[in-house]
Amino acid sequence: MWGFLKRPVVVTADINLHLVALTGMGLLSRLWQLTYPRAVVFDEVYYGQYISFYMKRIFFLDDSGPPFGHMVLALGGYLGGFDGNFLWNRIGAEYSSNVPVWSLRLLPALAGALSVPMAYQIVLELHFSHCAAVGAALLMLIENALITQSRLMLLESVLIFFNLLAVLSYLKFFNCQKQSPFSLSWWFWLTLTGVACSCAVGIKYMGVFTYMLMLVVAAVHAWHLIGDQTLSNVRVFCHLLARAVALLVIPAVLYLLFFYVHLILLFRSGPHDQIMSSAFQASLEGGLARITQGQPLEVAFGSQVTLRSVFGKPVPCWLHSHQNTYPMIYENGRGSSHQQQVTCYPFKDVNNWWIVKDPRRHQLVVSSPLRPVRHGDMVQLVHGMTARSLNTHDVAAPMSPHSQEVSCYIDYNISMPAQNLWRLEIVNRRSDTEVWKTILSEVRFVHVNTSSVLKLSGAHLPDWGFRQLEIVGEKLSRGYHESTVWNVEEHRYGTSQEQREREWELNSPVQVDASRNLSFMARFSELQWRMLVLRSDDSEHKYSSSPLEWVTLDTNIAYWLHPRTSAQIHLLGNIVIWVSGSLALAIYMLLFLWYLLRRRRNVHDLPQDAWLRWVLVGALCAGGWAVNYLPFFLMEKTLFLYHYLPALTFQILLLPVVLQHISDHLCRSQLQRSVFSALVVAWYSSACHVSNTLRPLTYGDKSLSPEELKALRWKDSWDILIRKH
Amino acid sequence: MPPATGGGLAETELRPRRGRCGPQATRAADRDVAARAAARNPKRPARGSRRFETASRWALLALVTLLSFATRFHRLDEPPHICWDETHFGKMGSYYINRTFFFDVHPPLGKMLIGLAGYLSGYDGTFLFQKPGDKYEHHSYMGMRGFCAFLGSWLVPFAYLTVLDLSKSLSAALLTAALLTFDTGCLTLSQYILLDPILMFFIMAAMLSMVKYNSCVDRPFSAPWWFWLSLTGVSLAGALGVKFVGLFIILQVGLNTIADLWYLFGDLSLSLVTVGKHLTARVLCLIVLPLALYTATFAVHFMVLSKSGPGDGFFSSAFQARLSGNNLHNASIPEHLAYGSVITVKNLQMAIGYLHSHRHLYPEGIGARQQQVTTYLHKDYNNLWIIKKHNTNSDPLDPSFPVEFVRHGDIIRLEHKETSRNLHSHYHEAPLTRKHYQVTGYGINGTGDSNDFWRIEVVNRKFGNRIKVLRSRIRLIHLVTGCVLGSSGKVLPKWGWEQLEVTCTPYLKETLNSIWNVEDHINPKLPNISLNVLQPSFPEILLESHMVMIWGNNGLKPKDNEFTSKPWHWPINYQGLRFSGVNDTDFRVYLLGNPVVWWLNLLSIALYLLSGSIIAIAMQRGTRVPAEVAGLSQVLLRGGGQVLLGWMLHYFPFFLMGRVLYFHHYFPAMLFSSMLTGILWDTLLRLCAWGLASWPLARGIHVAGILSLLLGTAYSFYLFHPLAYGMVGPLAQDPQSPMAGLRWLDSWEF
Repeated sequence: MWGFLKRPVVVTADINLHLVALTGMGLLSRLWQLTYPRAVVFDEVYYGQYISFYMKRIFFLDDSGPPFGHMVLALGGYLGGFDGNFLWNRIGAEYSSNVPVWSLRLLPALAGALSVPMAYQIVLELHFSHCAAVGAALLMLIENALITQSRLMLLESVLIFFNLLAVLSYLKFFNCQKQSPFSLSWWFWLTLTGVACSCAVGIKYMGVFTYMLMLVVAAVHAWHLIGDQTLSNVRVFCHLLARAVALLVIPAVLYLLFFYVHLILLFRSGPHDQIMSSAFQASLEGGLARITQGQPLEVAFGSQVTLRSVFGKPVPCWLHSHQNTYPMIYENGRGSSHQQQVTCYPFKDVNNWWIVKDPRRHQLVVSSPLRPVRHGDMVQLVHGMTARSLNTHDVAAPMSPHSQEVSCYIDYNISMPAQNLWRLEIVNRRSDTEVWKTILSEVRFVHVNTSSVLKLSGAHLPDWGFRQLEIVGEKLSRGYHESTVWNVEEHRYGTSQEQREREWELNSPVQVDASRNLSFMARFSELQWRMLVLRSDDSEHKYSSSPLEWVTLDTNIAYWLHPRTSAQIHLLGNIVIWVSGSLALAIYMLLFLWYLLRRRRNVHDLPQDAWLRWVLVGALCAGGWAVNYLPFFLMEKTLFLYHYLPALTFQILLLPVVLQHISDHLCRSQLQRSVFSALVVAWYSSACHVSNTLRPLTYGDKSLSPEELKALRWKDSWDILIRKH
Repeated sequence: MPPATGGGLAETELRPRRGRCGPQATRAADRDVAARAAARNPKRPARGSRRFETASRWALLALVTLLSFATRFHRLDEPPHICWDETHFGKMGSYYINRTFFFDVHPPLGKMLIGLAGYLSGYDGTFLFQKPGDKYEHHSYMGMRGFCAFLGSWLVPFAYLTVLDLSKSLSAALLTAALLTFDTGCLTLSQYILLDPILMFFIMAAMLSMVKYNSCVDRPFSAPWWFWLSLTGVSLAGALGVKFVGLFIILQVGLNTIADLWYLFGDLSLSLVTVGKHLTARVLCLIVLPLALYTATFAVHFMVLSKSGPGDGFFSSAFQARLSGNNLHNASIPEHLAYGSVITVKNLQMAIGYLHSHRHLYPEGIGARQQQVTTYLHKDYNNLWIIKKHNTNSDPLDPSFPVEFVRHGDIIRLEHKETSRNLHSHYHEAPLTRKHYQVTGYGINGTGDSNDFWRIEVVNRKFGNRIKVLRSRIRLIHLVTGCVLGSSGKVLPKWGWEQLEVTCTPYLKETLNSIWNVEDHINPKLPNISLNVLQPSFPEILLESHMVMIWGNNGLKPKDNEFTSKPWHWPINYQGLRFSGVNDTDFRVYLLGNPVVWWLNLLSIALYLLSGSIIAIAMQRGTRVPAEVAGLSQVLLRGGGQVLLGWMLHYFPFFLMGRVLYFHHYFPAMLFSSMLTGILWDTLLRLCAWGLASWPLARGIHVAGILSLLLGTAYSFYLFHPLAYGMVGPLAQDPQSPMAGLRWLDSWEF
């Protein structure tokens, strides 16, 4: 314990100057003039509004990805002391002085800068030469598209950072495995792999692809471990358990943690409340909570309620009725019952109130003691303002003729009796005698005579129905669908006997008496589910592109144009790197196939360790490219060039490896090797030259003349903005 | 059946047996294992008993086949009305008999066979097949149903033989056959005029012949080897020719072949030339032969359907010129476009259709409230437009004026013939594609404003050239906003009659959606010329019909708020399909799997994964096991794995599909799942029996287990058979109903 007194304390620092230099250059290229342009550039307009929401602690829902990415950006805002007051409404708007542009852009830029030394280390950990490692890092350094994407408030660079971190820490872990399993660094790198994967998934769903790849690679290595008969069964089990915890449990917990922090941070109600269920809204401060706080929990006979459709599509709405009746004859000649319309109305209104009535009694007020309504009870729903009861019958509905019409019954003295008995079914019940609860219970109303269910059809009524949404009775046998489920949103116990009095009561605001809370898991699962199913209107975008155009860089995105001069920022890659990256991939695949076939015939071109390295680099780099690129062909959303960047980084990692392999194994003589090296140097300088030529479009710092801009338009499909004067 | 079963079970396990093509082929690992197993089993049956054994095998196969045919043909004629999709496929059969051209999202082979069956059985193609429930009356429909039932009946013996070959165990094969024979779902699906029995027939035939040629591996290039290999190819062509789902079995055979070649390639005793021969044989039989057959079915399809019919509009102008009765067939029309010509304008993108307008306005809130302009796939008077000069409104058809041709780069106006409104665009957003501009019909009797002016350009031509009918590829550029007329291909909601949206796109990217050609052309002042030059070649029409089919498949999207079937519903038998009848008075047929069979299948998959991974891990850890267990494990891993792969390939891709899905899509996967169940239970029971030391008891367990599974399945079929053979009377909720108590899930609707 007192050992340090007996021996001298020695600190040996091992500084790799390569690494330091690469980090320095990375920082320089990404942080140089970071606050320029002091204006909203491209998707900053989109991410910026979420940063503002975080600063103001207002709840929002964004379907583009899990909340960790937005939180990273918001952290920059927090560090810079941003108050959230900026109107993110158009690209090119100048930032006001309260926006800390530098710190907002800092974190993505740092992530982009650190990717450079990480590329170096990954290639080293794959056991290729320093030269190849430096090459990979230098390519990352001068890749224009990566520079552009890192210098703005965008998430791709952060995603790439975590992807690379996952690969790097897995490789470190894998190399530890051979020497010292279960050592401290072994545990550290294993855990870091899981953490990095989870962060990547938390930034964009796209991170899942890299995560899956890491899982597959880890599974294959674990399979080899199982086959290693020098290890005891217990030890193998410990290995597997450690991997399962680090690569499955930790990421899952971390992912939940992101949502936990997200929900803790955003506790105020905001513009996207409507999409969430009433229970969720009730948990937000200032939204529905303000109205519903303290409502009585249990719905009883005599309760006054508003009923909200749980489905909420096309818009969230409440069950509604009004004085007007269905037209006698519809436009297409069909007839109706000419009874009072029942619709779904997307706004709060006094006509949304209904009274739950016991069919056996006449009172419309609560009795004392209260008689709560339970699952399976027979109820009538009486419309508060018109005192008519909800009814359905075998008449075709106005817009969906296959379903039944729902109306409020008017007795015309024709032989059409009221059919207004409904059986209450609580969908999310725990027991069969559960009480109907405000907000929490999701219920269906099953019509007793025709066993049809009250359903929101989704169709809009024409002018006679004031373009409100149609309500129909759908046959129960058609199965379960969310559009048949309702919940009570506002609720109070009715006390007024007379209709006049009751109308006054309905118009008065609801009183307040208790509060309810939703568990975190319930809120998480609802939020996650809504994020996954929310379909934003994906319209075609001017700069959207298809995956096929990415490989050959046939497209670009104009990010920003100076309001007066023609200085502009484009997402435009270094075409030399893109083309040679794809070539390297093709060469890798061909060589791999060639070696594989020859090994099968027992011809070993490569020594065993070189072959294993070659396979591992393929699994990680070529595999990383494939999993980050190919799934886009199956996606139906609007795609942009920047979706390709994660795949591109994997190609860049592969490129120097293939070059080194050619030089080491395919060049027969020293002369060939020298010629090849000279070629590589020439190729790299041309890449530098291209990078330098495109620099004005990357940093947007120099206004070029129209002629110069035209000269930069190397491909007809590139859209470079030229001012007409 | 029990006595026969007993005969089969008298056999001991893993003895190499004589299959149809010689001794069982055992591969690398299991070769020595099997040999050792055989060595341990010194008792060989005498010659007479072997002959008896062969005979009983054939008898058993005959019994299985007979039972399958009996169940499938029982009450085939009921109900004597159209059930479910018979309305489509029966109708398409009729189209073949009447030789009228139609469009469908599936390749033609299945419908062609249905048509052929109908033709041979005396059906004359006059029944309209309008909607489910229509009575057939005097029309002969039994030929078509009988044909489907005939193919459907073969599924059972095919599955039986496949499992027998994979597991070398009669009891596994019998169990599989029982599961399939007694599955109400397979039975129902085989009894009607549908594509599914035909598809499943080819899938199972491909699977069987693949397994057979695998087991001939020790006698390559022998006659049976060639026979099974080429039969695999033929079946693959058949499967793909019926539905694109056939791709999955192609994938399976492909994977199997790659593994096979990989194994051969690694066998250093074979010279590269021999490996090359193997490769060539497979390329010939599994790629060239199926492709040739598949193409041939299309050739027959185009040859038979030579008359114009309801599918014309989906295809390009050149394609239509082939069809007799179409107005482009042997047409003679003026060659160059002139002012005053009445034309129809067709989009070059597949299945967008003709530029169309009608007397309905865009609804309130969607752009300007002017007349709708859409594209429409069918021929209609509202597709006609008149080309006019932009600045004069004089009638160019007045004989006193000379003919003036429209030239590349001219500024024109397009007037809708029926409503006399001009094609118009302006800075309002389009109804669906918000970033584009709206296109409307505007003006009264041809007088509008400057927003009606369009510049007509021929793609890749110089200014001043004339414009040719049919052959010139035209772009229409709006003069004021500079946008290009195009169609987004999106379907308008009800107010637009579900026609397709037309927009003016400000992005000048050149896509087929914004390129048009002139199809019909009427101008009395011009001489007509014949247009035989249009005849497209066979590869062109083949390619085009595939593009249209793929487009059609992608277009089958579920609508919002519709109850749709989800892939995860299927294996749990969550919900069936109503084939016929709704109310208690109707004759009701309900497509639903026999729940006992299906849930057993589901359980078996889970059990298989569990036992498979245990065995795999044990082998990887190098655990030493006795030869019997090693042999059984091989059956489980190889045979079972092969079938499990089939199940996965026929099931999981549906999760990725965006189109509307139905319950019956699961049935090919269900066949594989049943085979897996057969193999799994037999192997598990054997393993179990081996685990118990005393031999007579052990055999008893195996026999009892298999027998109880067989009898249980048969009894469940007895309970559920009305689903397939038809129910009349009260619905199952009613305690009076014969089906009362059998509605085990609320979601079943019988």
